[in-house]
Amino acid sequence: MASSEKKATGSPTWRTFFAEQSRVCRDPALRQFYAAGVPDPDTPIQDVEMMALDFETTGMDHHRHAIVSIGLVPFTLRTIRPNAGHYWVVYPQRPLDEASIVFHRITHAEVANAPDFDEVLDEVLAALSGRLAVVHYRHIERPFLDTAVLARRGERCLFPVIDTMTIEALQERQGWMSRLKAFFGGKPVSIRLGDSRARYGLPAYSSHHAKLDALATAELLQAQIARHYRPETPVGELWI
Amino acid sequence: MEAEVREIREHIGRFPPFDSLNEGLLDEVARSVEVAYYKSGSTIQEYGEPIETLRYVRSGAVEVYRHNGDLYNRLSQGDILGHTGLMHHRRVRFPATAIEDTLLYLIPAPVFDRLCSEDDNFADFVELSGPRLQAAVQQNERENDMMVTRVRQLLGRSPVSIEETVTVGEAARRMTDGHVSSILLLSATSAEDERGFVGTDGGHWRLAGILTDQDLRVRVLAVGGTTETRLVDIKHERLITIQSDESVYEAMMAMLRNNVHHLPVLHRRRPVGVVHLSDIVRYETQSSLYLVSNIFSQTSVKGLERLMPDVRAAFVRLVEEGATSQMIGQAMSSIGRSLIRRLIELAEADIGPPPVPYCFMVNGSMARNEQAISTDQDNALIIDDSFLPEEHDAWFADLAKRVSDGLDACGYTYCTGDIMATNPKWRQPLSVWKRYFDEWISEPDPERLLHSSIFFDLESVYGEERFVEQLQDRIATKGKQSPLFLAALARNALYRTPPLGFFRTFVMEQDGKHNNSINLKRRGTAPLIDVIRVHAIAAGSRAQNSFARLDDLSEAKTLPAGQADKLRYSLEFIAMVRIRHQAYDLRHDQTPDNNIEPENVSDGERHNLKDAFQVLSNAQKFLRFRYPMPSR
Repeated sequence: MASSEKKATGSPTWRTFFAEQSRVCRDPALRQFYAAGVPDPDTPIQDVEMMALDFETTGMDHHRHAIVSIGLVPFTLRTIRPNAGHYWVVYPQRPLDEASIVFHRITHAEVANAPDFDEVLDEVLAALSGRLAVVHYRHIERPFLDTAVLARRGERCLFPVIDTMTIEALQERQGWMSRLKAFFGGKPVSIRLGDSRARYGLPAYSSHHAKLDALATAELLQAQIARHYRPETPVGELWI
Repeated sequence: MEAEVREIREHIGRFPPFDSLNEGLLDEVARSVEVAYYKSGSTIQEYGEPIETLRYVRSGAVEVYRHNGDLYNRLSQGDILGHTGLMHHRRVRFPATAIEDTLLYLIPAPVFDRLCSEDDNFADFVELSGPRLQAAVQQNERENDMMVTRVRQLLGRSPVSIEETVTVGEAARRMTDGHVSSILLLSATSAEDERGFVGTDGGHWRLAGILTDQDLRVRVLAVGGTTETRLVDIKHERLITIQSDESVYEAMMAMLRNNVHHLPVLHRRRPVGVVHLSDIVRYETQSSLYLVSNIFSQTSVKGLERLMPDVRAAFVRLVEEGATSQMIGQAMSSIGRSLIRRLIELAEADIGPPPVPYCFMVNGSMARNEQAISTDQDNALIIDDSFLPEEHDAWFADLAKRVSDGLDACGYTYCTGDIMATNPKWRQPLSVWKRYFDEWISEPDPERLLHSSIFFDLESVYGEERFVEQLQDRIATKGKQSPLFLAALARNALYRTPPLGFFRTFVMEQDGKHNNSINLKRRGTAPLIDVIRVHAIAAGSRAQNSFARLDDLSEAKTLPAGQADKLRYSLEFIAMVRIRHQAYDLRHDQTPDNNIEPENVSDGERHNLKDAFQVLSNAQKFLRFRYPMPSR
C-alpha cells in the first residue's frame, strides 16, 4: 500500500526533523514552533488541526521578491474559523511594483506604514505551531517563509504542507481520461484556486486577499477530502 | 474590515432576514461566521442531535425534512436552517441533507440569540409561520401610500384666516361664509419674527392658532363666552401644525397623537391650508368613488366600455398606494356591481319594467367583495314566485342577455361554467332556488356540489334584496345541520392543494417535483376561500366576504385558537402577491393573469408565501378531520 511506503520513508523524517530543530534552534520562536511538533502520519485527517496559509508577494521568485501580506485561517475537517484567523500587511524590503499593486489592491500607503516581517514573525510562528499548514501551490508560501526567516533569524523554517493544488492535479490530471485527452492535444483542466473551487460547487470570491484566499483554500480542502478521500484518511497520505 | 468578513457580509446582507439588520448587527454576524462544506448526499443535521449554530446556505442546495421523513423544504443560497432547533432546546427539529455540494456559513447560537432579542424583524422571521406572515401583512399595511403621498396633495383650497384681534362673532361669520369648519388665527408681527411670514397683503403675520366649530362650543360658549369675546382671549391648546411636504401618514399620526381633527398645513412658516381627518379618509376611496359615479352617468354600453381603462387605472392606483387586498376587492366589486346596476337600468329603460319583481344576484368573488381585475361573470336571476315562464321569461331572458353581453363587452368575460342568468337553469323563481339549495344541502353529491359551490357566495345587486337574504338564511340555518353537506363541501375544498414552496427559479411541489410557474388563484386564494367558506357555513355565518367570515369564526370560537388569524394573514398575503403581479402586468401593457413565475417573486415574498402555503395545507388537513364523511 502506498501509505505504508510513505510512512516508512517520508513521514518519520518530518517528525525527526522537527524534534532535531527544536533542540538546535537558537531563536526562541522557532524553537517553540518546532517543539509543538507535527502530527503522527497515521492520524486520521479528521483529527488534525490545520491552518490555511496564504501570502501575497511582490512576485513569484522568493529570491527576488518579498511577502506583502499574510493570511491565516485555522480549520478542521468540520469547521473553518475565519474569525480565529489572522491577517498582516508587512513592509516588503524589495520594491512593490505597480502590477502587484493592481493585483493585490494593497496600496503604497498601506505598505509604507506596515511593520517589517520580523515584527510579526513571532506571531505567525505561534499561530502555526501545532497546526498543519495547508496551501494552494506549495512553491510560494513555504519557500518565501523559509527565505524570509533565514534572512532575519539566520535559521531555517521548514514544515510539511498539504497542497490543495497538488491534490487537484492528482485527481484531475492523473486519470486515464485526462491522459487520453492530453494525448489528443486537449488542454488540461485548470487547477488554479478559483477554477478548482468551481468544480466542487464552491462560490467565486470577489477579490485577491491573503486571508480570503486562505479561507478559500480551507474550503477547497474540505471539499476535496469529502469527494476524494475519507475522514479517516491518514494525514501522512496527504502532506508533502 | 477584513476582506473575508466583507465577502461574507456582502452575501448574507442580500437575503432576508439579514437584509434588514442594522449595520452593527450585520457586521457582528459576518465576523462570527464559521464555514463548513458538505458533499452532495451528506447529512447536515439529524433529528434530535444538539445544535449550536444557525446554518446559512452560501452555495449549493439542501433538503429539509419533517421528523417523519416527509420533505419539508428545499433550500438554496441565502436560506437558513436550524433556527427552529435553536429555539427549541437547542436540538435539531428538522433533519437536513445536502443535495448538491454545499457550503454553509455557521452562525454561533449566542449571536443568533442576540439577533432574536435585538431585531424584531429577525425574530418574526425565524418564529414559526404565524408571526412572520402577520408581520409581513402588517408591514404592507404600514407601507401604505399614505407614507408617500404628501399632505399638500390633499389640500383643495387656500386657508380661511382672520386677524386675532377681532371677535368670535366675526370669526363665526367668516367661517359660515367660507363654508369651513375651522379658521386660522393670525397676529401681526415684525419682519424680524422668525416664525413670521409675509401675507398676500405684504404685511408680516404669524400663525397664532386655529379656531374650530368644536372650539366655539367648548372654549367659548361652555366657558361663558359670547359673540363679543375677542379671539385673543380664548384659551388655546398648543398649536399643532404640519409641513406641506410631510406624508399623509404623518399628518394622520399627528392628528391621532394630539387628538385633533384639523391640522394647519404650512409651507415653511406660511399656512397653505387645513387638512381634516375626513380628507384623509376620503382620499383613500376617492378614486373608486369617482369611477362609480361616472358609471351611473353613462347612457350606453359603449360609454361603460370606455370607462374600463379607468377601472384598470383605479386598480393599479390602489395597489401602488399599498391598499390591502380587502380594500381592493371591495373597490373592484363595487365598481363591478355598479356596472351591473347601470346595465340593468339601461336595459329596463329599453325593454320596459319587469313583469314581476325579481332580484339580480351575483355569485363568487363579486358576492364576496373580493373581485380582482381579471375575472369572469357569475350571476343569476331570482324571480318572484308569481312568475309564469311562458308569459314572463322572454323579458327576463332579454334582460339577462343584455346584462351578460354588456359585462362581456366591459371585460367581464362570459362564465365558462355557464353560471349566468342567460342559462334558464339559473333564471328561476324563488321557490325553485329554495329547492336547489335544499337539494344541495340535504343530498350533497360532491360531484354536483363542485359545480354549485359558487352559489354559496351570493349577494343581491339589483331588485328584491330579500330574495337573496332568504336564500342566505336558508344556507345559514340548514347548512350547519347537515354533516353530510359539510363533509362534501370540505372534500371539495381539498382538490386544489398548495405547493410546498419555491426552489431557485422553480415552484416546488409537495413531492419535490418542480414546476415553472404557479397559478396563485388556483393553488392559493381559491382553496383558502373554500376552506373558510366551509367553516363559515358550519358556524352559521351569514357573511359572504372571507375576512368577514373569519371575523365571525373568531367570534364563534369554532376554530382552534389563532387559526382564524393565520388564515386571514395567509389569504391577505397570497392575494396581495397575486394582485401586485396583476398590477405589474397592467402597468406593462400585458394581460393580467394569475400565473406567477418564481423569478418574479422576491426573497421576502418567497418565505412568506411558503408560510402561507403551509397554513393552507394544514387547514386542509384539519378540514378533513373536522368534517368527516358520516358513515352510511
